[in-house]
Amino acid sequence: MTDTINNSLPKLTAKDFATDQEVRWCPGCGDYSILAQVQRVMPELGIPKEDIVIISGIGCSSRFPYYMNTYGMHSIHGRATAIASGLKASRPELSVWIVTGDGDGLSIGGNHTIHLLRRNLDVNIMLFNNQIYGLTKGQYSPTSETNKVTKSTPSGSIDYPFNPLALAIGANATFIARTMDRDPKHMQEMLKRSHAHKGASFLEIYQNCNIFNDGAFEPFTEKKTKADETLFLEQGKPLIYGAERNKGIVIDGLRPKIVDLTEGVYTESDLWIHDEHDFYKAQTLIRMFDDVNIEGHFPRPFGVFYQDKNKPCYEDIMALQLEDAIAKKGKGDLDKLLRGYEVWDIVE
Amino acid sequence: MSTPTLLKDVVIKFAGDSGDGMQLTGSQFTNNTALLGIDLATFPDFPAEIRAPIGTLPGVSGFQLHFSSDRVYTPGDLCDVLVVMNAAALKVNLKWLKPGGKIIANQDGFDSKNLRLANYPDGVNPLEDGSLHNYELITIDVTKLTREALKEFTTLGMKEKDRAKNMFVLGFIYWMYDRDLDSTINFLNEKFGKRDDILQSNIKVLQAGYNYADTVELFTSRYQVEKAKMEPGTYRSIMGNQALSMGLVAASERSGLPLFVGTYPITPASDILHDLSKLKNFGVRTFQAEDEIAGITTAIGAAYGGSLGVTTTSGPGMALKGEAMGLAMMLEIPLVIVNIQRGGPSTGLPTKTEQSDLLQAYYGRNGECPIPVISSRTPSDCFDAAFEACRIAVQHMTPVILLSDGYIANGAEPWKFPQSEDLPKIDVKFKTELGHHEDKFMPYMRDEKLVRPWVVPGTAGLEHRIGGLEKQNITGNISYDPENHQLMVKLRQEKVDKIAQYIPEQKLDAGPEKGKVLVLGWGSTYGTIKSSVSELLAQGHSVSHAHLRYLRPFPKNLGAILKNFDTILVPEINNGQLVKILRDVYLVDAKPYNKIMGTPFMKSEMTEEIKKYL
Ligand code: SF4
Repeated sequence: MTDTINNSLPKLTAKDFATDQEVRWCPGCGDYSILAQVQRVMPELGIPKEDIVIISGIGCSSRFPYYMNTYGMHSIHGRATAIASGLKASRPELSVWIVTGDGDGLSIGGNHTIHLLRRNLDVNIMLFNNQIYGLTKGQYSPTSETNKVTKSTPSGSIDYPFNPLALAIGANATFIARTMDRDPKHMQEMLKRSHAHKGASFLEIYQNCNIFNDGAFEPFTEKKTKADETLFLEQGKPLIYGAERNKGIVIDGLRPKIVDLTEGVYTESDLWIHDEHDFYKAQTLIRMFDDVNIEGHFPRPFGVFYQDKNKPCYEDIMALQLEDAIAKKGKGDLDKLLRGYEVWDIVE
Repeated sequence: MSTPTLLKDVVIKFAGDSGDGMQLTGSQFTNNTALLGIDLATFPDFPAEIRAPIGTLPGVSGFQLHFSSDRVYTPGDLCDVLVVMNAAALKVNLKWLKPGGKIIANQDGFDSKNLRLANYPDGVNPLEDGSLHNYELITIDVTKLTREALKEFTTLGMKEKDRAKNMFVLGFIYWMYDRDLDSTINFLNEKFGKRDDILQSNIKVLQAGYNYADTVELFTSRYQVEKAKMEPGTYRSIMGNQALSMGLVAASERSGLPLFVGTYPITPASDILHDLSKLKNFGVRTFQAEDEIAGITTAIGAAYGGSLGVTTTSGPGMALKGEAMGLAMMLEIPLVIVNIQRGGPSTGLPTKTEQSDLLQAYYGRNGECPIPVISSRTPSDCFDAAFEACRIAVQHMTPVILLSDGYIANGAEPWKFPQSEDLPKIDVKFKTELGHHEDKFMPYMRDEKLVRPWVVPGTAGLEHRIGGLEKQNITGNISYDPENHQLMVKLRQEKVDKIAQYIPEQKLDAGPEKGKVLVLGWGSTYGTIKSSVSELLAQGHSVSHAHLRYLRPFPKNLGAILKNFDTILVPEINNGQLVKILRDVYLVDAKPYNKIMGTPFMKSEMTEEIKKYL
């Protein structure tokens, strides 16, 4: 699907999407970059401002709607996804965006997240993952690595973290992507792709919390290591990465394998070709989630892992059922309903 | 055949195993009775388990029907006729049978296995040991007779044949009360039209039951109850949840707002979801959410988008919705929260009735969170209450809690249903543009009712943000200012209090304006209080009855009414909740009268209690 620009609209700019509210995130917080990219992308989507609704839950990221000059609701912890579901189901023509975080969307609101994905409402989830609770000042989150020492886990956390994308594909999400705060161009592209997808899109955004979890994604975001630690997925292209573009991924039986392209054994043509419409490949890619400290670990993929363009959306089927009922039974007649099937008369 | 004996008033209870189809039998007899213009009230009594072990005491399901040529307000205390399909049903229900009452027993349900399951001692069969000599006992071998009637239905297995047993009993009772079978035959046609063998076998057994009674002449007489003297008009039979669903649809039609119901299944509220999910041609969207919280929050999302947002639940679900109710209250958007109360706390008594969520409705949220509360008093009144809840919600931009309960949700009564044109129009205005004196949209600017404008997404030029953080007065921006918080808390309270100016004044239902005792009730105790008070009035006592629809805010004249009586007696199916609030608001020494047994008050006990103060 491609973006269409509605030419009849006055051309908006990023400024049109900013509000008069002072942005209150800590200086240096990754949220600033995300806000900037969203404000930059929105004018390009060709949607009238008044048709955009941004709904958030609770957490640092959830302040987001206050800074966007669209319709917006800063709701309660974990429930943005459910509120958005009700809004989209009843007003399918609106462009509904959800801002949530690893605590909001995967812990307290995990249930609504998976059910929204399962129902495939045409909304865009932006999950700001900073692997920590920022707003409550630094407790570990469901995406924090095991053994993390935080305010609430002085001896190290015991829980194993979620792989958010694995959760999304487990819930049969129809669009699954990952990006990072430090790569504005990539983020913009992913935001546009999320919007263009007809169905629920799940975009995980690695976001640095420089106050409570600084550097959590450093290996992926910093110049030194980025090329070797990340794998940028492009449709129809081989999986190549590395500072010298010297490494690639092949499929060895049922497993992915890292190969060196400089040894003369493998060439580009041997590599795994990314196909975002292949559910099985997507599952494997999503599972490339290794700890960077482990020898021989896979690079962390970014980009669109999976897209299913064919699954109908909840709100469309719901609207169809309504139309269908009217076609079959005629528009509801209140008097007929009140009367029911059997009546009797009492006369004086 | 002899002419039927005329009776004024009959209470009959059908009881059997939950698989015996007693609810269906009861509701069929109810419809048949209603169609004759006889007044009635019903009380279905379900077991807690869907399928408790067959034949056991917890598995007993009952359906009580009170019908009369007089007006009827309760399902009756004790029954005149008890139909029992097995030994457990007799054991559970015998204490509710009047001395000298009739027992119609299915003999097959009293075999040694059934007797053992019902905890009768070895060798004891109440049908045979003379222990029922104070009653008129009619024993019928329903199973055998049903099977015999279906001899020719070779395509049906024994199990399928036995399933028609309840039709035999129904046919028998139809004969006994001099009815015809048409209403049930029509019903069977609707229900089994696609499976001819099942349809024919049910009709056959129904007729067999009728003919059996006719042939064996077990009775010296048949009985008849005449039409009741009700207000002239066209009536139908209605159950509370059904009426409530229709009230929501009617409010949607009369306000022009599409209905959106976000909900999670829970006993005894699920039937509202079932009913509404069939009304898609009314533009009704039902959303079966993943949990109670998503039930209410999807409704909030829809209300934010301009729908008539409703969530339905029962006590435990209500507890889960608390935080989201607070959000709706802060957002100041319309929302209707329907609580079909049941026995609590925790999972409590899911299939039994209670009025124990009033304090939860009043106070069960964090912070200062006033939400209007209204209640329904009878099955048909659920229609008006639902309509009114929606009206208040959209016209005062507030969540509204509607309290019904399991007793009226499943109970039935005749209803002189309204015509759509007689229903008031619910005026709703979305704000769509800036007024000429405004240069910026102020989401929390209030009108004379202290109500803020409703602007839905999609409205150009009025883009704004709302949320659960404290708002600055007028602008709606986030504000942590101490003075502002105090002001906003007071404003939100005042807004709810002001609703008292837009609701009818409290009226007395019966009795003098001043006197010894005012019985002040709310919700489903209506019928019992009404019956008791009218009996006491007829005996010349000084007693009055007022019944509250509006529980928050109270009607503005309620305080004045309370001053006119020596005693205010407040009967409730809980441990004393309204009484606490009355004492708090009016500093009145109101007397509680409480029953917490999962069942409604009986008229006799209500009358006795009132008498204590006369
Ligand atoms: S605490 Fe962390 S996530 Fe929150 S605003 Fe500050 S830097 Fe950003």
